[in-house]
Amino acid sequence: MTFRHVISTVWPPVLFGVAFLVAWELAVAAFDWQEYFLPAPSVIWQAFVDNSDIVREAAIVSGQNALVGLVVGTVLGVAMSFLLMRFRLLNDMVSPLAVALNAIPIVVLVAIFNNQFATTSEVPRRLMVTLIVYFVVLVNVAKGLRQVDATHLELLHSYAASPFDVLRKARVPNAVPYFFTALRVAAPLAVITAFVAEYFGGPQNGLGSRITATVSGSRATMWAYVLAAMLLGLLFYLVSIALESLTTQHRGASPKGDNT
Amino acid sequence: MSDQELRRQHVAWPGNAVEVRSVIKTFNAGTPKQVDALVDIDLTVESGEFVSLIGPSGCGKSTLLRLIANLTEPTAGSIVVNGKPARQARVDQDYGMAFQQAGLFDWRTVVRNVELPLELKSWDRARRRARAMEMLELVKLDEFAGHRPWQLSGGMQQRVAIARALAAAPELLLMDEPFGALDEMTREHMQAELLRITAEAGTSVVFVTHSIPEAVFLADRVVVMSPRPGRITELVSVELGDPRNTDTREDPLFFKKVTEVREALRGIGAKSADELLIEGVAEER
Repeated sequence: MTFRHVISTVWPPVLFGVAFLVAWELAVAAFDWQEYFLPAPSVIWQAFVDNSDIVREAAIVSGQNALVGLVVGTVLGVAMSFLLMRFRLLNDMVSPLAVALNAIPIVVLVAIFNNQFATTSEVPRRLMVTLIVYFVVLVNVAKGLRQVDATHLELLHSYAASPFDVLRKARVPNAVPYFFTALRVAAPLAVITAFVAEYFGGPQNGLGSRITATVSGSRATMWAYVLAAMLLGLLFYLVSIALESLTTQHRGASPKGDNT
Repeated sequence: MSDQELRRQHVAWPGNAVEVRSVIKTFNAGTPKQVDALVDIDLTVESGEFVSLIGPSGCGKSTLLRLIANLTEPTAGSIVVNGKPARQARVDQDYGMAFQQAGLFDWRTVVRNVELPLELKSWDRARRRARAMEMLELVKLDEFAGHRPWQLSGGMQQRVAIARALAAAPELLLMDEPFGALDEMTREHMQAELLRITAEAGTSVVFVTHSIPEAVFLADRVVVMSPRPGRITELVSVELGDPRNTDTREDPLFFKKVTEVREALRGIGAKSADELLIEGVAEER
């Protein structure tokens, strides 16, 4: 990607974003909106700067929960996808459930986890993030391990390759792009889950619980937490796509390729 | 020296490359969906010989190739490759195979694609690389060694696939419509290249195709097959001599052989299929 290309793809959204903030700022002044209704961006920014210490602390708590859940869920998801590939029956039992669970807002389960652990524990939230990440990673990586080009399998069979060789030479490399797609989906989802999980009780130290706690206080501060939450989500997303581009830049546009 | 003689010189196994004896292949045997894919197949491919399998869709030509490759087992009969059972030949990597899809691995460079069969044979890295580069020179793609497959055209990808199939120096090459997806010009070029390469490497070839001119241009012998049930109806010897080039395609004998194969495919040959079968067997002697 050339510098020129970066500039040409970056300026439209930046321009739109700036225009949106300006319009927001002007609208608040023009219609004389009160802070409880909608604070101006400048006021939110001021609150963000003024409260930067506690905002950062809250972001670290939520960020840690998201990160721990993301890492543990990814490891477990990858491990399970290998087991599913190895044991056909297990796959037939688990795969449809995993796909179905991905479509259900299982985040509500955190209320149950909260009852199972101490009120000061971060475990229920991390458990929730782990669970959600686990299923996303499991479904995608399992697909990548299974959906190998038929010609590749025939070819390896013609070389009398062992199942382990097939795994090493075809299935795992084939699953790598699927893994990063899963990570790209799971990373922001982990952050969202970490926030939402905080709405269901537990210690009042993360961004999610701060947002609900400040609802009755300073609206500008509440919005500062929202801003921090957005930045945290963005950070997770950017890191995940950076990891993806690092490992896939040699693969070309389509992971499946075009053999015609 | 003719291409075929050149091929024979290289061959370590003095016997036939392939011997298919009384082979039957039935799918879904004993069910209402039973398909007699192949019945009473007898075929001998001599060392250094180039044999084309041609026939309409469903005649079992690909199935026959897959049987020789031991990618599937015959219902009855025996298949001997390089003097050993087909399964053993596969385990020993006695043959190389190329498919309609080049089937290259996008996550590997071109040269590492060619190295794949050698990795599975546990060759060390330096030896692998040297051999793969040699093969890429053979298909005239050595300057693309570091490229990714998707950066290459379809014809170039097929050449890489052929280099890969030849990397472990197999005495037999099994090809299933490898040029089927290529345009006509590329296809003709690839056919000439294939003849040059297999002659140089001394390889026997069994080549499945839909194309009559392709079958005739390439082969020492064209095996004509018919469907339902799949069987060999005619063997056409193509004495076009070597080397074959663009001029060969305009040779009256080439047209004569193309016509002969076409008529065999239509089932309107002058002689009955049985007589030609006997004649074909006699020519092998």
